[in-house]
Amino acid sequence: MNGPEDFELEAAELVRSYVITKGRRLPDEDQLSLITLVTAAPEQVQRPLRLSPEEQRLLDVCSAGYLSVAEIAGHTRLPLGVVRIMLAGLTEAGYLLTRPPVARARLADKELLEEVLSGLRAKFG
Amino acid sequence: MVSGPSLGERPALQTRDYVSGGASQTAVKILVVGHFAVGKTTFIGSISEIEPLSTEETMTRAGQDVDDLKGVRGKTTTTVAMDFGRLTISDRVVLYLFGTPGQVRFVQMWEDMARGALGALVLVDPERLADSFAVIDLIEQYGLDYAIAVNTFDGNPERAEESLREALDLLDDTPVVTCDARDERSSAAALTTLVSYLLARVG
Ligand SMILES: Nc1nc2c(ncn2[C@@H]2O[C@H](COP(=O)(O)OP(=O)(O)O)[C@@H](O)[C@H]2O)c(=O)[nH]1
Ligand SMILES: [Mg+2]
Repeated sequence: MNGPEDFELEAAELVRSYVITKGRRLPDEDQLSLITLVTAAPEQVQRPLRLSPEEQRLLDVCSAGYLSVAEIAGHTRLPLGVVRIMLAGLTEAGYLLTRPPVARARLADKELLEEVLSGLRAKFG
Repeated sequence: MVSGPSLGERPALQTRDYVSGGASQTAVKILVVGHFAVGKTTFIGSISEIEPLSTEETMTRAGQDVDDLKGVRGKTTTTVAMDFGRLTISDRVVLYLFGTPGQVRFVQMWEDMARGALGALVLVDPERLADSFAVIDLIEQYGLDYAIAVNTFDGNPERAEESLREALDLLDDTPVVTCDARDERSSAAALTTLVSYLLARVG
């Protein structure tokens, strides 16, 4: 899938990732899963000038509604790990709200599956 | 609606790009798995309400702990793309479909994908059944319930379900459907079969 040139490129990518995430670690998996929904906090505190261009970009993408973490990564074309770290920082600082998916439980599953099934049938007959 | 500086050359997102009713939505996901070129991306594209997106995960130790950049050079790094789509089911549930390649070595990605997934649809090419073994093993290893969707590419003779079940060593109650991944209704029918099965499993 990857040629040998990609390999060199990725080391540079990693260093760049390190810089734009300010060396922070990956957040808790359950906190920012692929399908955690994220949006900008309604009462925007004044954005400090200290935000990096990438953080600014993430805030912009999140400013007009909810998107999943995966979608935010897809739209910004930043690596998923980097996006998760930055989103965690922005959430901690009060810029973003997150809606983690519900914890798996048999009852919740049943209701969700029923909803998905009737939704699919309503949509596609 | 979008405030602040623009996204550079990238066009700003439209209202339809956002999750409708996101403040009250519960997000769920289903995996669409299978070997290379079995039709995962096509399947997701046929049924997704958004233009399918993809994102990359870098598979290295540094990918898990970006503090540790010492000795990155020479370490096995590989980038894997996963693609995904979205389907708003109702004003309460939004469904994400994640296309996942079958390679066992992408452990981190598999863990991210499998965690909390409702189940998996395994796309199978009847002419390349052996290529599906590894993927089915992985799905079982992660404890996900699954259905088989046989992608009957044009001109392929349909293999009898019985022999396919035998070749893939399926349990008797594992659903097997045929599907044309390019066709929205056909893809939706395969998904419906999977979800009916998942529902029966939670009883
Ligand atoms: N005839 C036919 N071609 C298909 C079907 N599904 C996918 N393809 C083609 O098979 C190729 C591989 O499909 P793709 O979705 O990229 O596979 P992936 O690697 O699993 O994501 C593409 O050229 C598709 O156009 C199908 O149901 N019927
Ligand atoms: Mg693909």
